[in-house]
Amino acid sequence: MEIVVLAIGALLPLVLQDYLTVYATRVLILCLFALSFDLVWGYAGIMSFGQAVFFGTAGYGVALIARDLGVTSILIVLPAGLLIGLAFALVLGGFLLLGRHPSSVIFVSLGTLTGSYAADRVARGWYYLGGQNGIPSIPPMSLGSYDIVEGPVYYYLALGILLLVYLLCRFLVRSQFGLALAGLRENEQRIAFFGYQVQRLKAIIFSFAGAIAGLAGSLYAFHEGFVWPNMLGVVMSTQVVLYVLFGGSGTLIGAVIGTVAIEAVSFWLSNSYQDIWPIILGVLLLLVILFRPAGLISLVLGERERVGRFGRPPGERD
Amino acid sequence: MALLEARGLIKIYGKLTALNGADLTVADNEFHGLIGPNGSGKSTLMKCVAGAEIPTTGTVTFGGRDITQASPAERARAGMSLKFQITSVLPALTLYDNILLALQAQTSLPSLVFSRTRGVLHDRAMAMLEQFRLVDRAADPASALSHGQQQWLEIAMALAPEPRLLLLDEPTGGMSLEERRVTGELLQPIKKRCSLVIVEHDLDFIRDICDRLTVLDQGSVLDCGSVQHIQSSAKVQEVYLRRA
Repeated sequence: MEIVVLAIGALLPLVLQDYLTVYATRVLILCLFALSFDLVWGYAGIMSFGQAVFFGTAGYGVALIARDLGVTSILIVLPAGLLIGLAFALVLGGFLLLGRHPSSVIFVSLGTLTGSYAADRVARGWYYLGGQNGIPSIPPMSLGSYDIVEGPVYYYLALGILLLVYLLCRFLVRSQFGLALAGLRENEQRIAFFGYQVQRLKAIIFSFAGAIAGLAGSLYAFHEGFVWPNMLGVVMSTQVVLYVLFGGSGTLIGAVIGTVAIEAVSFWLSNSYQDIWPIILGVLLLLVILFRPAGLISLVLGERERVGRFGRPPGERD
Repeated sequence: MALLEARGLIKIYGKLTALNGADLTVADNEFHGLIGPNGSGKSTLMKCVAGAEIPTTGTVTFGGRDITQASPAERARAGMSLKFQITSVLPALTLYDNILLALQAQTSLPSLVFSRTRGVLHDRAMAMLEQFRLVDRAADPASALSHGQQQWLEIAMALAPEPRLLLLDEPTGGMSLEERRVTGELLQPIKKRCSLVIVEHDLDFIRDICDRLTVLDQGSVLDCGSVQHIQSSAKVQEVYLRRA
């Protein structure tokens, strides 16, 4: 399944018109963002309802670096975006997850949601950040004297980064650390009695996912050429939840498939049914979540494959 | 010096006093049973020892160290392991992964990320499954096991990290007579390796495997001593007859 998706992704710009390549690049970046949510929710069971705060703050951060410092080098702005996402996730995760007792799902989901809402309000009200209009006309990202503008080059850059991050996440969730995450998701109280430092595990994966969201946010900012408060807010945070639920959480590839499916259907519906397409999309999402709660990925993968195995008992092969 | 010493434990929930000055002493390699009528405070005492509850007053020392305020994870790292009253295996994971999860709990983060101990722990995981007669089911999800087998898996998970003290809360709950007999057989060999505190309603079972018993009634220790001493204790007889 993963190889099929990669092959399609690699060949797409060869057959797509330019404007569709630009749209597909945006979708790839959103896939990267969806991976970050799948890690925290699908693998560690942390309901981060404010994942956009890391995506958006990194986007704003690199936009300010480009606007105020004139730095657009890919070698600086992408690591900067990643670090901004990581730093914000460390602060928010430290507050929400590192108490003496494990935090409840409700506390974490409301805490992250509040963080996202607050960041959105700050961005809207702060003149330095452009207020409601955000920061327009961000200069293009560059490598030496070469400007990386939207189109096939940006597409393959986004695809390459998505592939790297996907492989890194895949390595992580299939490692013994991934087994600890599975334990966290299934029964965190139980694994605390084995000696796992549950809060620390949660904070680590939350911060790692924040870094990925930050990387996605910085790519998104330069691709779109501007940043705006919605990038930080509740709408974006909800959107990423839907991507992962629609595709199937806890599989990585499900997050990618869900993002592509929702964005492709939205694109097609918005062209064909301009007045009622959000309603049709909403009904479609509801149908999938009601009848396929494990997401679209459950059409091709059984439950055992989705849960995965971490050890290799004799007579069994992965 | 005793391995575990709980002194003067009081636990109050609102208006209910669940423990009222209970003591418990367990020596190295001792099998110690906690018995008493329903509501006598057995499970609360177990929770205070394991760290699931913090006592209102009183102290718990383990290996000479005060662990009264320590978290469950800190107690586990000190060598304490618990099997919950309600079976809490991880149903979606295979039996092998359930055991591996318990075994790797004290592995460092970098080693977990790079799966450095997976090979080393493999033999230990298989040995635990073999010991608890579950090796043929290693690749099955834990949800596919019968209730009794899930209890065995959970005891195996609790034993896997080689604790100094194993706490078992009603390990034979819901088991058939044959499963209870087998559970007794499975527990006997661990005596060489660790101490055991067990809460159990089946008095025959507890009499067969324990060296010493503590009898609780209304949150206090009614009597404590060898199995023979408890069997002949007039105070204990009276409480059990009164409740019957």
